[in-house]
Amino acid sequence: MNIRLQPSVPFERAAPEALRNTQLRRNLARATSTIRAKRAQVAAELPDWQALRDAGARIKEESMRHLDRYLLQLEESVQRAGGTVHWARDAAEANRIIGDLVSARGVDEVIKVKSITSDEIGLNDALASRGIRAIETDLAELIIQLAGESSSHILVPAIHKNRAEIRDVFRGSMNLPDLSDEPAELAEAARLYLRRAFLRARIGISGANFAVAETGTVCVVESEGNGRMCLTLPRTLITLMGIEKVIPAWQDLEVLLQLLPRSSTGERMNPYTSLWTGVRAGDGPEEFHLVLLDNGRTNALADPAGRQALHCIRCSACLNVCPVYERVGGHAYGSVYPGPIGAIITPQLVGIEHASSLPYASSLCGACYEVCPVKINIPDVLVHLRGKAVRHHQDEDGIRGKVDPENAAMRLMAAIFAERKRYERAQRLAQIGQLPLARGAITRLPGPLAGWTAMRDLPAIPKQTFRQWWMRREQR
Amino acid sequence: MRIALFITCFNDTLFPQTGQAVVRLLERLGHQVEFPLEQTCCGQMHFNSGYQREAVPLARRFVHIFAEYEAVISPSASCVGMVRDAYPRLADLAGDAALRADAEALAPRVWELSEFLIRKLGIEDVGASYPHRVTYHPTCHSLRVLHLGDMPLHLLRHVRGIDLVELPAAVECCGFGGTFAVKNADVSMAMLTDKVRHILDTGAEVCTSGDNSCLLHIGGALHRQRAGVRTVHLAEILAATEERPA
Repeated sequence: MNIRLQPSVPFERAAPEALRNTQLRRNLARATSTIRAKRAQVAAELPDWQALRDAGARIKEESMRHLDRYLLQLEESVQRAGGTVHWARDAAEANRIIGDLVSARGVDEVIKVKSITSDEIGLNDALASRGIRAIETDLAELIIQLAGESSSHILVPAIHKNRAEIRDVFRGSMNLPDLSDEPAELAEAARLYLRRAFLRARIGISGANFAVAETGTVCVVESEGNGRMCLTLPRTLITLMGIEKVIPAWQDLEVLLQLLPRSSTGERMNPYTSLWTGVRAGDGPEEFHLVLLDNGRTNALADPAGRQALHCIRCSACLNVCPVYERVGGHAYGSVYPGPIGAIITPQLVGIEHASSLPYASSLCGACYEVCPVKINIPDVLVHLRGKAVRHHQDEDGIRGKVDPENAAMRLMAAIFAERKRYERAQRLAQIGQLPLARGAITRLPGPLAGWTAMRDLPAIPKQTFRQWWMRREQR
Repeated sequence: MRIALFITCFNDTLFPQTGQAVVRLLERLGHQVEFPLEQTCCGQMHFNSGYQREAVPLARRFVHIFAEYEAVISPSASCVGMVRDAYPRLADLAGDAALRADAEALAPRVWELSEFLIRKLGIEDVGASYPHRVTYHPTCHSLRVLHLGDMPLHLLRHVRGIDLVELPAAVECCGFGGTFAVKNADVSMAMLTDKVRHILDTGAEVCTSGDNSCLLHIGGALHRQRAGVRTVHLAEILAATEERPA
């Protein structure tokens, strides 16, 4: 299974399959409830948490409002510090730029860290087609790479796996038949495997959490130190980042570096924060390339109601708190960006017509908005994107959109609700029409409503509506 | 104070006893209630399902019908949320500045029942009696759109004879989500299964809530399972007295 940006199966078809995987359900429920509790605790201990969220939202708003200016400023700052900046319109362009940089240096192996944006563009496959092997060095990314799977979580890509499953992956791919599932032994196996790759590597490829326009500094936040190795050991460092990761000033990190670790791993501070500004002789990489990726982001920016999705700092708090994500896991969303935030990012990057099921992958419970460190109103954007999906279906899908039974039913209901007389007539029709279905309660509904009665009865419609009771009472 | 009852189309048709309970309760507290018969639906189902163009005329009707009242009270947090939270956005989408102005003028006068009792009337003890073991499910929209917090629990704690038991993982969604329960029925069922398990764990005979839509969902599963637990809207508990039990 190789998941990129655009889902190949609609969510409502992928989700039931995921739900049947009882091991997945158990792994996810355990992991998300643990991390949820940790997040809640460390957020609660800051007296100014809500003010921090407001500040985070304002920083991202400012960055997006003047994105053009900040990106040019970033380019200038990076160049001044000895780096090179490349602009990539889409996935193909970014893959070509990075592939060319690697090939030109005669290298056939690269090490990677913070890989979600590179997963978005399918970089590993693009490199492989040029005979270049990419080794993931984030522990969880390594696990899923060795397992031949795709990430199922923004921050914890192997969240769907428990340690026994990880042991089996390592046993097979590292030739360690006696490996146990003790965390320390698993970590040691990965450490030895990766150390060899770190020492061989001549090119490192990273993502970025933030890039400061003012100084040209790029920031990567991580827990393992493997990122630090990737960023400092190779001669050449290539960083791929979405254009929305730019922030105006160094000072903004003060806010964002408080919000991110507390929201993501539930830690007061993450173990490793790497910051680098261009290159410096005798210290770290000799060459630095920054690839700025659009790939649909400017389309999202053009939508005033949807653009706040670009404020995301990839903490994944919304995934961990989402009752839908907790039950189906990341793969059901069919995109490298799963969960509530993915459901509003993916359709905006690929176009609503290519991911129209994702905005419906939510009960609109609002738990995601409550925890978002930069206050992205995810439920509002989900509803906004549902509107775009419906309007696209009605206006662009020709006869298919017109004869759609849901569309017909919704339009009929709207016409009924538009007039009291019609509404009251419909109520009477419902009271009569249910008779063949109702024996005390309705236990089986036809057609698309059958999903309801799969496990829920429906009470019979009472003989008297409220308004009938009211009118009779008023007559007395 | 001229009070209008906004019953919601859902309660009007499926749960008339909830509307009757609101009327009885408010009259017992000394208020007169009017019921504008022109009201139909606030448009929430259309809006949340993406049929926003279709919801615009319903929002226009609503603000017109209820404009003259000092307080508009509803036994549904999600429909109140629609009016207060979504109407301005809907007006923007339609490019209708007049609708936006009307919606903003009306919003502060639209109340969910429990916040009306506590914030507007300043009453926590409504003089109810309900000698049953009850657990309370706070709906998502009551918590995260209207921010009612534990207002309904304050009201319930003052009810005579009630044995109120805490619901584990109470703030988790029951999986209803309007058309979500049909479009993504399997995920909805997985969420509902956990909610029902928590309810059964409390040993309560009644699960109550401020929204009949969530209760229809939860109650539908309890009924199917013959679980021996029933769902009752908060208004019906608050309306019950020793002389006139629910």
